[in-house]
Amino acid sequence: MTNFDLETLQQDFFSLFGLPRQQALDADKLELLYRDIQAQVHPDKHAHLADSDKRLAMQWATHVNEAYQTLKDPLKRARYLLHLAGHDVGLESNTAMSGAFLMEQMNLRETVAEAKAVGDVAALDALHRRVGKEIVAEYSQLQQALDGQSLNRAGTLVRQLMFQEKLFQEIDDALAILET
Amino acid sequence: MAYSEKVLDHYENPRNVGSFGKEEEGIATGMVGAPACGDVMKLQIKVGKDGVIEDAKFKTYGCGSAIASSSLVTEWVKGKSLDEALAIKNTQIAEELALPPVKIHCSILAEDAIKAAVADYKKKQETV
Repeated sequence: MTNFDLETLQQDFFSLFGLPRQQALDADKLELLYRDIQAQVHPDKHAHLADSDKRLAMQWATHVNEAYQTLKDPLKRARYLLHLAGHDVGLESNTAMSGAFLMEQMNLRETVAEAKAVGDVAALDALHRRVGKEIVAEYSQLQQALDGQSLNRAGTLVRQLMFQEKLFQEIDDALAILET
Repeated sequence: MAYSEKVLDHYENPRNVGSFGKEEEGIATGMVGAPACGDVMKLQIKVGKDGVIEDAKFKTYGCGSAIASSSLVTEWVKGKSLDEALAIKNTQIAEELALPPVKIHCSILAEDAIKAAVADYKKKQETV
């Protein structure tokens, strides 16, 4: 059983679950480990403890939850890995994406807006499949880059995926509105 | 999060939305994106023979603050020289729109869009 002290609270999320610090991840294993630790840190288990220990248990529950949410999501996991490696992805400051990429994003969003305006579900469906496929391919490249220590390449892919995920979400939202 | 009145005004009545025709002269385009939120912004300027920005247009896919920031700068750059346009700082945009800290990147995006458009104009001038 894990020791719920302050020192282990400082551990990185991978160490917390005893998982290797890499992008490749066994999602089922993470799920099992999370449920296991979550059961141990559940606040109900600590109702009998002194207030200071209850607070620590609460911090633990929050920490474990944040760790799980971060590792489960491939984009958050990648950003976290880059953060651990001290590599700044520049999400706030790096606005200089490749011109061709931004042009493509602009065109795709115009297409989504137009299809949404005229209620063209078929066009949105096709776009949904296309962007979905691209995203899957980009995540596989991201895993190769991260686990092969090509951090600059990984940073570029993370920035691209932030746009692609947003685009995918917009298509999803448009379809949800049209289909109701 | 509540938007300021100025953001809402620009969001609901965005100024200068659209694109210039491809055949028009003196057009330059700045294309930028903010990875933090996945917003994309296109800012176009129309520069006269005297080097003054006559007109500007934008197209932004993003949140209210990103749209307001780009709408505001299209108004600001009109009548300015390229150097004056380059002097516009994101802090001025953020201040004018009373943007909260989490939306500062929207004003950075707008500042970078001006810089990208001016850079595109200068590049085109060199090749003429």
